[in-house]
Amino acid sequence: MSLWVDKYRPSTLSQLDYHQDVSKRLEALASSGDFPHLLVYGPSGAGKKTRVLVLLRELFGAGVEKMKIDVRTFQLNSRKLEFNVVSSPYHLEITPSDLGNNDRVVIQDLLKEVAQTEQVDFSGKHRFKVVVINEAESLSRDAQAALRRTMEKYSKNIRLVLISNTTSNIIAPIRSRTLLIRIASPHVDDIVGVLDTLCTKQQVSIADDRTEVLQRIALQSKRNLRRALLLVEALAMQNETLTKSTPMIELDWESVIKRLARDIYKDRTVSRISQCRTVCYELISHCIPPRIILKTLAFELLHLVQHTKQQEAIIETAAVFDERLSLGTKSIYHLEGFIAKSMVVIETL
Amino acid sequence: MSAGFFGKRQDVSKSLEQTDRQLPWVEKYRPKNLDEVSAQDHAVTVLKKTLESANLPHMLFYGPPGTGKTSTILALTKELYGPHLSKSRVLELNASDERGISIVREKVKNFARLTVSNPSKEDREKYPCPPYKIIILDEADSMTSDAQSALRRTMETYSGVTRFCLICNYITRIIDPLASRCSKFRFRPLDNQDALERLRHIQEQENVSIEDGVLEEVLKIANGDLRKAITLLQSAARLHSTLATAVDEEGDVDATDTADRVTIDSIREIAGSVPKNVLKSLLDAAESKQFQKIFNSVEDAVMEGWSAVEIVNQLHDEIILNDSFTSEQKNKFSRALFETDARLTNGTDEHIQLLNLVTKISEAV
Repeated sequence: MSLWVDKYRPSTLSQLDYHQDVSKRLEALASSGDFPHLLVYGPSGAGKKTRVLVLLRELFGAGVEKMKIDVRTFQLNSRKLEFNVVSSPYHLEITPSDLGNNDRVVIQDLLKEVAQTEQVDFSGKHRFKVVVINEAESLSRDAQAALRRTMEKYSKNIRLVLISNTTSNIIAPIRSRTLLIRIASPHVDDIVGVLDTLCTKQQVSIADDRTEVLQRIALQSKRNLRRALLLVEALAMQNETLTKSTPMIELDWESVIKRLARDIYKDRTVSRISQCRTVCYELISHCIPPRIILKTLAFELLHLVQHTKQQEAIIETAAVFDERLSLGTKSIYHLEGFIAKSMVVIETL
Repeated sequence: MSAGFFGKRQDVSKSLEQTDRQLPWVEKYRPKNLDEVSAQDHAVTVLKKTLESANLPHMLFYGPPGTGKTSTILALTKELYGPHLSKSRVLELNASDERGISIVREKVKNFARLTVSNPSKEDREKYPCPPYKIIILDEADSMTSDAQSALRRTMETYSGVTRFCLICNYITRIIDPLASRCSKFRFRPLDNQDALERLRHIQEQENVSIEDGVLEEVLKIANGDLRKAITLLQSAARLHSTLATAVDEEGDVDATDTADRVTIDSIREIAGSVPKNVLKSLLDAAESKQFQKIFNSVEDAVMEGWSAVEIVNQLHDEIILNDSFTSEQKNKFSRALFETDARLTNGTDEHIQLLNLVTKISEAV
C-alpha cells in the first residue's frame, strides 16, 4: 500500500494534468537529440520533481525507474562524510545540501567520477547520464563555482538538472548556462481537477456538492498539490463520506503556531513571553525549521491585527528578524526577539 | 605541454563540427580576425598597428564580461601566427580552473623561457610570425596576489621571447607592479547598434525566424553583454526549433508557422524575467494602500514561482525610470529596494521580504 501521492504520480508526459505548455516544451526537449542543462524552479508542491522524473522516463525509457540507494563515503581532512545517492543505470540523484558546507567536495568528486565514465549500455538512446541535483538553492557558492567548470568540461557525458525553489541563490554564470524552466503552483481549479479524478479512481464517496468539498480541500492546501493529496487521503481514511462540514485536518505544528499567535495577540506580558519560549523550543525540537515558524507566526499575526499601521510594522519586524535568523546561529533568540517586538508593536500602535 | 593543450582543443573542435548543432554559437561566431571584432575601434586600431610593425607590448585588457576581450586576443594571435604556428607559440591559461602560485612558477615560467620555434616557409609567407610567444592569462583578476607577484620577474626576464596578455574584469584586482608593466586597453560595453548588427548576422546565418523586436529585447536583457545575448538567442532558437519538429511529427501544419518563431514572451521566459503584468499588479496593490490587496498580490507572485531577486531588479527599473514620482519618494523606494536586495543575498525568505518591500513602497507612494 503506497501513499496516493506516489501511487498516482504521473509517469508519462501525457498524464500530467496542468501546465500543458511546459509539458509540450519538455516533450520537445526530450525528442530532440540535443538536451541542454536544465534549471527547474518553482514553489514546493508545484510538481517540479514529478516533471523531471517524467522527463527522464521520456528520455531513457522505463529503465530509469529501477532505482537503488547507495551510501558513498567521502574523505575530507581525515573526516569521513556519508552521503546517499539514488541512482539508476541512466541517472543519479543527489541532495548535496545534506552535507552543509562540505557540498563542494561531493559535487567535484562525484560529478567527476560520473562524467569520466561513459554510458556502458549502447542500446540506450542517449550517450549522456543525467545528474539531478535537489535543493540547488542551498548549494554553497563554492559548490556552484565548481559546478560551473564541470558543466562545460564534461558536457559530453553528463547533463545536469538542478531543482530549486528559487533562482535567487543561483549564481549568474550557472543561470546563463542552463535553460530555465519555471513551474508555477497549480491553481485551485487545477488541484480540484486532480483531486476529482483521484477520488473517482479511489472510490471516495463525496457528498452531493462535489466541487465545493474539493475546493475547500484545495484552498486548505495553499496551492500545494502534495499537501492536497495527503490531506484528501487522510480525510478519506477518517470519514466515510466527505461533506462540506467535514472538519479539516490541521497539521499539529500549524495549530500550535496559530494558538501561539492568538496568545501573543491577546496577552502581551513578560510571563507570556516565557511561555512562548517553551512553545518555540518544543517546535524546534520537533524539527520544524525556525524560518517556517517565523513565517507562519508572522502571517498568522497579520491576519489577527486589524490596523494597517500594525500590519506594516509586523511585516517589517518579520523581515528584520528573518535576516537575523540567517545571519545568526542560535535561532531561539531571534524567534523570541520577534515575539517580544511584535508584542510591543501591537501594544503601542 | 602547450602543443598538447592546443592539440586537444582542436580535436574537440573537430568532433564538434560534426555535431554542429551542439557547438555553442558563442564559439561558432567568435571573430576570426581583427576586422570582425565589433565595437572596440580603439583597441583594434592600436592592435592593427602592431600587426604591421610586428612589435607588441605586454597587454592588459579590462572591461565588463561579454565585450570581446578574449575574442580580440584570440583573433590577434590567429592573424599573427596562423593556425599551425599558434600551437607552439601561444599558451592560454584560464585562471578559474588552475590558479595559484605553483602554476605560475612551473607552467608559465617553463613556457616563457622556451626559445621560439622556427616558422615553416608557408607560414612565413602568409603571416607576420614575429619572434616571440604570447601567454594569455584569462580571468587574471581571480589569481591570488601571490601568483601575480610571482609573474613580475618572469615578465621582465623573458620579455625578449615572450609577451603576456592579461585579461580581467576589474583592473583594481591586478596588483600595481603588473599593471604598470602592461599597456592597458579598456573594452567598453557594446552599444546597441553594434551588438544588434552582430546578433542579426547570427540570426540570419542560423535561420532563426523571430518576431519583430525580439533582438532588441534580447539586448535589453543582456545589458551590453554580447555573450549573454548570443547564448539567450541560442536557447530560444533551440527550444523553438524542437517545438516545431515536435509539431511536425503530428502532422499539424498550421501550428508550425507560429510555433517555430521566437517570440518576445518566450525570450523573457527563458531569461527568467518577470512579465510586466505581474510587476504592474504589485505596484497597483502598493498604490491602493490596502494591506489585504498587497498580501494577495505578493502571494500570487510567489506562488507563480517568480524569483524575488528578479522582481526587485525589475521593480527598480520600473520605479526609478518613472517620472511621476518625486525625488523624495524615489529616495524611499531606493532604500527599501536596497534593504530587500541585501537581505535576499543573505538567504532570507522571499515571501516575507517581498511583502515587506511592497508595504514599504506603498507607504512611500
